[in-house]
Amino acid sequence: MGKVLLLTRREISAYFVSPIAYVAMALFLVIAGVFFALADFRPGAPAAMRSIFDIMMFILIFVIPIVTMRSLSEEQRSGTIETLLTAPVTDIEVVVAKFLGSWIFYLAMLAPTLVYVVLLAVFGNPEYGPVASGYLGLALLGALYVSVGLFASSLTQNQVIAAVTGFGILILLAMLGPWIATVVPSRVWIIGVRTLVQQATVRTHYLDFSQGVVDLVHVIYFVALTAYALFLTVKVLESRRWR
Amino acid sequence: MCAMIEVENLTKWYGNTLALDRATFSVQEGQIVGFLGPNGAGKSTTLRILTGFLPATSGHARVNGHDVLMESLAVRSSIGYMPENVPLYPEMRVEEYLAFRAGLKDVPSAKRRATVDRVVERCWLKTVRRRLIGQLSKGFRQRVGLAEALVADPPVLILDEPTIGLDPTQIEETNKLIVSLGKKHTVLLSSHILPQVEKACSHLVIIADGQIKAADSLDELKRRLAHRQQVVMELRTADTGAGPAEVGRVLGQVTGAAGVRTEEVGGGWLRTIVTPVADADLREALCAVVAHRGWQLREVRRLAPTIEELYARIVAGEADAGKEAA
Repeated sequence: MGKVLLLTRREISAYFVSPIAYVAMALFLVIAGVFFALADFRPGAPAAMRSIFDIMMFILIFVIPIVTMRSLSEEQRSGTIETLLTAPVTDIEVVVAKFLGSWIFYLAMLAPTLVYVVLLAVFGNPEYGPVASGYLGLALLGALYVSVGLFASSLTQNQVIAAVTGFGILILLAMLGPWIATVVPSRVWIIGVRTLVQQATVRTHYLDFSQGVVDLVHVIYFVALTAYALFLTVKVLESRRWR
Repeated sequence: MCAMIEVENLTKWYGNTLALDRATFSVQEGQIVGFLGPNGAGKSTTLRILTGFLPATSGHARVNGHDVLMESLAVRSSIGYMPENVPLYPEMRVEEYLAFRAGLKDVPSAKRRATVDRVVERCWLKTVRRRLIGQLSKGFRQRVGLAEALVADPPVLILDEPTIGLDPTQIEETNKLIVSLGKKHTVLLSSHILPQVEKACSHLVIIADGQIKAADSLDELKRRLAHRQQVVMELRTADTGAGPAEVGRVLGQVTGAAGVRTEEVGGGWLRTIVTPVADADLREALCAVVAHRGWQLREVRRLAPTIEELYARIVAGEADAGKEAA
C-alpha cells in the first residue's frame, strides 16, 4: 500500500508539470462552462445541473483519453517502464497507482465546476440532493473512463494512438445501447442481445444519477467495469512475459 | 565465495528469432564482470531476463540465490539495474527522483534523505541535485542512472552499457566508480567496446550470436591466448635477391608455421608476420632460417596477446577462437 501511494504521488505531480494536462483541463472547463451557461444557467430554467451532468458523459469521452494517454504509453516509449517494472513492485500496484493518479487529477479537474453550484445558489434555490448524486455519478463515470483510457494507453507507445483508441472504446461503450435499439429490428431472439447491449452501455446506468437516483445496480456497474478495465491493463503489462 | 548470478542453459526466442542459445555462466560474489559482445548479440536480453523484465523461453537463472521467475520480487530487491540508454523521468528533479526510487526499493522513509545524500555524493551529482533531469547532459543522466541503481545498496548491480555515449574523461570516471563499487557489490556490466570494460573488470563473459563464447578471468583468457603468439620480423633480402614471395615460401616451410604474411616497409625492408600452428615459440627456428639464407634481420618479437585480439576473432566468427579460450 505504501508503494501504491508513493507511485500515485509521482503520477499526480507528473500531471501538474505536464502542459497536456493543463490543456485538457482548460478544454474541459471551457466546454463544460459553455454548456452550463447555455443549458442550465438560464433565466427561467430550474436551478439544477441536470443538463450539464448529462452532457458531461459526452464531453468526458474526449477529455479523459487526453488526460490518460501519456500514462503508460510514455513509460513504454521512453523505456522507464523497464526501471518501473524491475523495481520490487507488482504490476497490479503499478496499474492501481496509475489509475489513482489519473482519477485524482480528474477529480481536481472537476473541482472548479463546483462554482456552478455556488452560482445556482446565488441566483436561485437549487436542490442539493440531485447535485450531490450527480457528482457521485461523475466520479464513478470518470473512474470508468480513466480505467478505459489507461487500458488504451497500455496498448501502445504512441500517445496519439492511445488517445484515439480511448475515444473509440468510450464512444462504443457510451453510445452502443441507444444506437443498437434504433438499428436492430425487435425480433424475439434478438431482444435478448439488445437488452444485454443496452445494459452494458454507460448511458443506461449514468442518467439516473443526475436525476437524484442512486441505484446500487448502477454503482456496481461502474465499479465492476472499472475493475475489469484495470484487470485487462494488468494483463497487457504482463503480456510482455509471453509475447 | 558463492555465485551471486547463476545462468544455466538460458534460451530466449523472440518469435522465430533465437536471441539467446543455451547460455551458461556464473558470477561470483564481489567480482566485476564485463559482459561483452557486438550489438545484437543477446546482452540486453540476458540482462533483462536476470532483472525479471522478460522471461526466458527455457533454462534457469538465479540471482543472490533466488530464481528470477519464481521469486521475482526477491530478485528485484537484490538488484540495482541500469537499463540501456538510462530511461529517466525528465520532469522530476534529481533528488526527488532518487528519493522516489529509494521508496520503491523499500528504503524506510526515515533513511531516504541520508540514502539520497550518500549516492549523490558518490556519483558526483552534488552540483545538479536540484536540477530537472530533462535538462541534464548525457553524462549527468548516466550518473543519475548509476545513483539510482545504487540507491538501495543492493548486493548485485546490473549495468547495461554504462559508458555508452560518454566522453573519454567521463568513461574514465565511471570506470573508477565501478571499480570502487566492486568492493561491496557484485557487478555485471555489458558493453560492446572492449577497452572500456578491460580496465574495470576482472572477469569477462563474451557473447556472440546468442552463444557464450568465453567466460573466464581476464588473466586466464590472456594466458590461454598466449599459446598462439604471432612472431613479427623485419628483415632485408636485398643482397640475396629473394623477393617477398620467396621469403613467404621459405618461412612458411619452417616446422610449426601455419601462415606467413609479408609486406614491404620501405628501404628494402620486409615485415613478416608468422602465425604458429599451435603452442609453439617459432622465434629460434625462424632466426636460424634467416641466418642460413644470409638475410639481414633488425627486429624479432612476439605479438603480446591482447583481449582485443580474442574478442575480434570471436566476433569475426572465427570458429576455433572461442573453443581455444573456453
